Amino acid sequence: METASQIVQYLLSGLSTGAIYALIGLGFAVIYNATGIINFAQGEFVMLGGMLTLFFLAEMKLPLVPAVMLAILSSTAVGIAFERLAIRPLRNATPLRLVIITIGASILIRGQAMLLWGKDTHALPPFSGNDPLEIAGATILPQHLWIFAVTLLIIIASRLFFHYSIAGKAMRACAYNPRAAGLVGIDVRQMVLFSFVISSAIGSMAGIIVAPLTMTSYDVGGLLGLKGFCAAIIGGMSSGIGTVIGGLLLGILESLGAGLISASYKDAIAFIILLVILFVRPEGVFKKTETERV
Amino acid sequence: MSGIRCRVFVALLFVVLTACPALGAPPIKIGALFSITGPASFLGEPERNTAQMVVDEINRAGGIGGRTLELVTYDTQGDATKAVQAATRLIKEDKVVAIIGPSTTGDTMAVIPLVEKAQIPLVSCAAGIKITEPVKKWVFKTAQNDSLAVARIYEQLKKQKISRIAVLTVSDSFGSSGREQLTAQAKSYGIQIITDETYGPKDTDMTAQLTKIRGTQAQAIVCWGTNPGPAIIARNVKQLGLNIPLYMSHGVSSKKFIELAGDAADGIILPSGRVLVANLLPNSDPQKKNLQKFVKDYQLRYKAEGDHFGGHAWDAVMLLKDAIERGGDSPAGIREQLEQTRNFMGIGGIYNYSAQDHAGLTKDAFVLVEVKEKGWALVK
Repeated sequence: METASQIVQYLLSGLSTGAIYALIGLGFAVIYNATGIINFAQGEFVMLGGMLTLFFLAEMKLPLVPAVMLAILSSTAVGIAFERLAIRPLRNATPLRLVIITIGASILIRGQAMLLWGKDTHALPPFSGNDPLEIAGATILPQHLWIFAVTLLIIIASRLFFHYSIAGKAMRACAYNPRAAGLVGIDVRQMVLFSFVISSAIGSMAGIIVAPLTMTSYDVGGLLGLKGFCAAIIGGMSSGIGTVIGGLLLGILESLGAGLISASYKDAIAFIILLVILFVRPEGVFKKTETERV
Repeated sequence: MSGIRCRVFVALLFVVLTACPALGAPPIKIGALFSITGPASFLGEPERNTAQMVVDEINRAGGIGGRTLELVTYDTQGDATKAVQAATRLIKEDKVVAIIGPSTTGDTMAVIPLVEKAQIPLVSCAAGIKITEPVKKWVFKTAQNDSLAVARIYEQLKKQKISRIAVLTVSDSFGSSGREQLTAQAKSYGIQIITDETYGPKDTDMTAQLTKIRGTQAQAIVCWGTNPGPAIIARNVKQLGLNIPLYMSHGVSSKKFIELAGDAADGIILPSGRVLVANLLPNSDPQKKNLQKFVKDYQLRYKAEGDHFGGHAWDAVMLLKDAIERGGDSPAGIREQLEQTRNFMGIGGIYNYSAQDHAGLTKDAFVLVEVKEKGWALVK
């Protein structure tokens, strides 16, 4: 019985970390599909979400809901500025150059955050209480429920958006073939901007819901971004269910690995999975031969 | 009108000139190496602040024997290569008579060969035991050894009749040094480490390790790390409803830890330098006066809590001042006098250096404190 409840605990912990990876991975996938570049500044949006919420809460003394709203809006504004100032002027550059630009942007954003808010780690208050809930011998916090709920909502919303709205369909069209999309009158540049809006918003949301559990500081973006990238790779860079499953899988494997084998290998496990997938199935685990990539 | 202005100017000039106490006599140059930026900035920043504050204070009071102190500070960024470059510069270009810092054990070990060769006394602010063991002629240190903190915790565990513990350490140099000491000293206190777990410095969820610990017979958890990891562990322990005592290291003995861990910090016991609980100490404590002054001065100047990291720099500067006052400002004289230091009331403890001991502290340098209602209480 003891082992059973231990396993449940590992699974629940893994699922909650995995959900965050999945959200970050989605951000990667959305931009990749619209532009063909890997946005290595994705992790910084996660950091911005957490730090900005903290800023609006602690320094502007706003209540939680407006603080969260403003944080998402401001991170999105950063995403827009990033696309306008660093990506759009170089639309004819090779993807490699753009990828390197995103790395530069990530260092810049991180540095600015450090100068603005200092190097300290900060904790956000939980959204609704701190009393543990028991599920089958395992315990989770109300904040975990928030993570599951928000992740689920975002997945459903992105599914609806990409499949049932004109803008979403237009973005999918750009992903298939930007040239053809342009020919039928879709403003491809607009769609690129749009992809940055969506992915910075999703990224910052991930940062906000996780901050009460894991705390936040100017440099949380790096490793979280890498894990999210891992999730997106496992999912074959799809901005649908593939990346979500990739993130959850990664989270669960990490947690099981730490619990059953050794915590020292936790990060190693994630990156070994990444390497194996890149070698064996570079197109992603869940990718069928003919699937959409949005 | 212009005559008055001229006279005011002359008067001002006069004031400025006389305000500089030792105009003419060259200042005594002391070098400082701190990791002001980079991963160990939580050490280097308060150390730099404190060192500058103490030097200014000494100069305001007339310097040492009428000569002012000049502090030449370089940032090592917690990078051993940069530490070596900066140390070379201090020795060759700035021609300092002594060096305080570096902040981390890695940086210190890297500059030791240099100062030994150049014969310049170094007062390190890092905690690693290998800095002064074996004793190196020109190297001293002010930070308390990890082994002393471990001894403090084990003493308490023995008093509580706890013999089986789980150890959870961070996988960086601070954590592995703690882990080494925890393993090495366990036997002599009759303590058995039944599970030995680690976590990464950037990990954000330690429930897996703690779930594993929950499945064992451990009677207490000893966690060794610096923020934010231990704060997450404290929260995870509360989440999992683990009701065995949780001990932390001196690496989290700051208000920041309580702030991060929130309610989950309650009841956690950890060894700490006395600076944290300066006001709680009995009046008979010989360090109390200096501790309170340091905390007050730091608060006044930097609007932040003076912590024991800053204290290491306070001790280093004051020990040097003491040595220079007694033996002049030649590197050899300073070294000689540092070694003669007896009963120096510092922030980190009461220092007694000798030819065999360049660390100078005993385990009394630590007190055990418990987190109670977002504050500290002394554990008797």
